[in-house]
Amino acid sequence: MTDLDTFRSDTRAWLAENCPPAMREPVRSDADVCWGGRNFQPSSPAQKDWLDRMAARGWTVPDWPTAYGGGGLSPAETKILREEMAAIRARNPLNSFGISMLGPALLKYGTEEQKLEHLPKIARGEIRWCQGYSEPNAGSDLAGLAASAEDAGDHYIVNGQKVWTSYADKADWIFCLVRTSKASKQGGISFVLFDMASPGVSTKPILLISGYSPFCETFMDDVKVPKANRIHDENKGWDVAKYLLGHEREMISGMGLASGGRNPLIEGAIATIGLDHDGRLADPVLRTQIALFEVRAKAFAAMSERFIDELKAGRAHPAQPSMMKYVGTELNKDRHELMMAAGGSDALEWESDRSHTGAAPRAWLRTKANSIEGGTSEIQLNIIAKRILELPGA
Amino acid sequence: MPLYLNDEQAMLRDTAKDFIAEHAPVGHMRALRDANDATGFSRDLWKQFAEMGLNGVLIPEDQGGLGLGHVEAGVVLEEIGRNLSPSPFLATAVAAVEALKGSGQAERWFPGIVAGETVAALAIDEGAKHRDSIGLKAERSGNGFRLTGAKRFVTHGHVADLLIVGARTAGSPDDAEGVTLFAVSKNAANLTATPERLADSSLAARIDFEGVEIDADAVIGEVDAGRDPLGRLLRAGRTGAAAELLGVGGGAMDMTVGYLKERKQFGVAIGSFQALQHRAAHLYSEMEVARAAVLKAQQLLDAGADADEAVSIAKAMTGMATTLSVQEGVQMHGGIGMTDEYDIGFYMKRARVLAEMFGDIGFHADRLAKAAGY
Repeated sequence: MTDLDTFRSDTRAWLAENCPPAMREPVRSDADVCWGGRNFQPSSPAQKDWLDRMAARGWTVPDWPTAYGGGGLSPAETKILREEMAAIRARNPLNSFGISMLGPALLKYGTEEQKLEHLPKIARGEIRWCQGYSEPNAGSDLAGLAASAEDAGDHYIVNGQKVWTSYADKADWIFCLVRTSKASKQGGISFVLFDMASPGVSTKPILLISGYSPFCETFMDDVKVPKANRIHDENKGWDVAKYLLGHEREMISGMGLASGGRNPLIEGAIATIGLDHDGRLADPVLRTQIALFEVRAKAFAAMSERFIDELKAGRAHPAQPSMMKYVGTELNKDRHELMMAAGGSDALEWESDRSHTGAAPRAWLRTKANSIEGGTSEIQLNIIAKRILELPGA
Repeated sequence: MPLYLNDEQAMLRDTAKDFIAEHAPVGHMRALRDANDATGFSRDLWKQFAEMGLNGVLIPEDQGGLGLGHVEAGVVLEEIGRNLSPSPFLATAVAAVEALKGSGQAERWFPGIVAGETVAALAIDEGAKHRDSIGLKAERSGNGFRLTGAKRFVTHGHVADLLIVGARTAGSPDDAEGVTLFAVSKNAANLTATPERLADSSLAARIDFEGVEIDADAVIGEVDAGRDPLGRLLRAGRTGAAAELLGVGGGAMDMTVGYLKERKQFGVAIGSFQALQHRAAHLYSEMEVARAAVLKAQQLLDAGADADEAVSIAKAMTGMATTLSVQEGVQMHGGIGMTDEYDIGFYMKRARVLAEMFGDIGFHADRLAKAAGY
C-alpha cells in the first residue's frame, strides 16, 4: 500500500467513527449550516461534535499549515479527504467566509502576527467574518468605492457605507476595502480588518425577493481601525481584493455542483410527475430538459475537480475562477428553474409546513443573485475575454 | 490522480502536436479532397504514425505496442481533430484495438496495426441513427457462421483490411443478449462495400453482407457474449471521438479568437466589441468544461473503473461545446466563414460527423437518464 492508500483507509475509518449520522443528512435550510462565530448556537449536539472533532484535526481547513490551525495535508491528501467525505455524504463541518475568502488572502498577504491572530480562530469557527466590498455606487465598478479611511497616526478613521454585506448582522469581524488615497482609483484602496462591535459600526438587513435578508447595509461612522489591522501595504488593497475575489468566485462556482450522491432535481421530478411504463419520467419534454442539464452539470463537476487540482498545483490560469464562477452560477440558476418546473404548484407554496416555509421557491429566487454577487456574469465574461483570450480593450 | 496531464502525457501531446501540424495540417485534408482521393486518408501518413509508435498506443508492450492508455490516445486524437487530419487512428488504433485486446484475434491483427499496414473499420450502425440494437444475422453454417444484413456509416469500410462486425446470433434486434462480435477479413466473399462521400469529405461505406461465410475463429471473445468486446469498443470509440471533437472545437475557437484580433471594422479590431467578447468568452467556458469531462472519462477508463456515465457525459458535452464552437466560428468570421477557401467551414462539417458518430447528444443524454432511473 502506498502512503496515500494508507491515508485513505485511515481517513475512511476515522470518518466512519467520528462523523455523526445526523451530519450525513442533506442540508435542508440555512439553520442546518454551521457558520460558527461568537454567537453560534449549534442546531444540534451532533453539529457541535462534528465541528469540534474536525477542527481538532485541523480538517475544517485541511490544506492550511498546522501552525495556523490547519491540517497540513498535501493536495493529494486533501482531495482524498474530500472524496471520503463525499462518499458518506458528510456535511461541511464549517461554512465560513473566513475559510473560503479571507484565509487564502491572509496566507498570501498577511504578516506572521496577523496570521497567528486570525487564522486559528477561523479554523476553529470562533470568529465569523463578513466582506465589505460593494457600495451603493460601486458595484460592477468596484474600484470606484468611496468609503474613506483617514490617517490618524497609528490608526485610521473609517467613514462610509457598504452594501450587500452577506450576514453583516451576524458576523463578528469584517474584511473591508477602504479608500486611503484619491490620487489613483485602484491604487488608492487599502484592505483592513475590524471588529463589527467597534463603536460607529451599524448594520441594516435588506429584505430580498426571497422574503429573507441574508444581505445588509453596513454603515461606518468614525470607526477607529488600528493600522496593524491593514493587510498588505497602504494603497495596495486592490491586489488583496482581486486575489480574494478569485477565491470567492471559486466558492460561488461550487453552487453549480449537486450535493454529494443525491440529486434533488431528479428525485423531485420523479416524486411529482412519476414514471411511465418504460420507466421514463412521464413528462417527456421535461425529461429531455433535465437530461441535457445533467450532462452539463456532471461535466461541470469534472471541471471543478480539474480546476481544484490545477489550482493546487499552480497550473490554473489566474483568471480561471471567473470561468468557474460564470458557468457554476448559470448552471445553478438552470437547476432551480428545472426544480420549480418539476415541482409544479407544490413548489409555489410559500408558507406551508409541508413546503418547509417555501424552501423551494425561496431557494429558486435566491439563486438569481448568484450571477450578480461576486461580480456579475457579464463582468466574468469581460475578464475571460481580456485576460484569458487576450482580446483587445474597447 | 489529479485531473490534468502528467509530464509524460504533456510531452506526448507536444510531440503529437508538432508532428501532426507539420505532416497533416488542414491543407493536407483539403488537398486530398481537391484530388477527389478515393482512399479517404493518406497511407503514407498512416505509416508515419506507425513509425512514431502511435498506432500501438493502446496495444500492450508484449504485443509490440506502447502499452499506454486512453489519456494518451486522446492526446493524439485531439491533435488529429485540431488539424482535421483524415486518419484511421480512431477506428483502428483505438476502437478496434480495444475490441480485440485480450482475444484470440489480437495476435493476428495487432502486428499489422502496429506496422501501419492494417486498417480496421467498425461495422456497427444499421440505421441512420446510432442505436444499441443489432439486427445483422449470423447463423451457424458449417464450421462457422453466415452473415446476412447491412451496415452503414462504416468509416474507411471500403478500404479496410479488417471489419469489426456486430451481429446477432440469438434473439431479436433490441435484445441486450445474443450479440456476437466478429473480426471479418476484407477478402470475404459476398461482401460489398460502397463508399459514400460525407459532408466533411471523408468516406464511409454502406456494407452489404449477402451470406458472407466466415470461420468460427473469427469470433471476438465468446459467441452470444459480444456485448463485452462491443462495450469496450464503444467506450473507447466514444471517448476517442470526444477527444477528437475537443480538437475540432478547440481548433475552431483558436481560429476564431485569432480572427477577432486581426479583423478590423470601424477602425478597430472587432475583438474589442463586447458583444463578440462575451460570445467568445462563453465559448471558451464551454470548451473548458468539455475538456474536463473528456479527461475524466479517459482517466476512469485507464483506471479500469466503471466509466459508462463519464463516457456518455464526455461525448454529449463535447458534442454541445464543439457544435457551439463551429457555429460561433462561422458567424464571427462573417462572410468569409461561408467561403470554401477559408478553413473554418471544414471544422463545422467535421464536427457534425463526429457529433453523430457512436451516438449523438440526445442518445447519450437519454442513456444517462435511463441509468439514473428516470
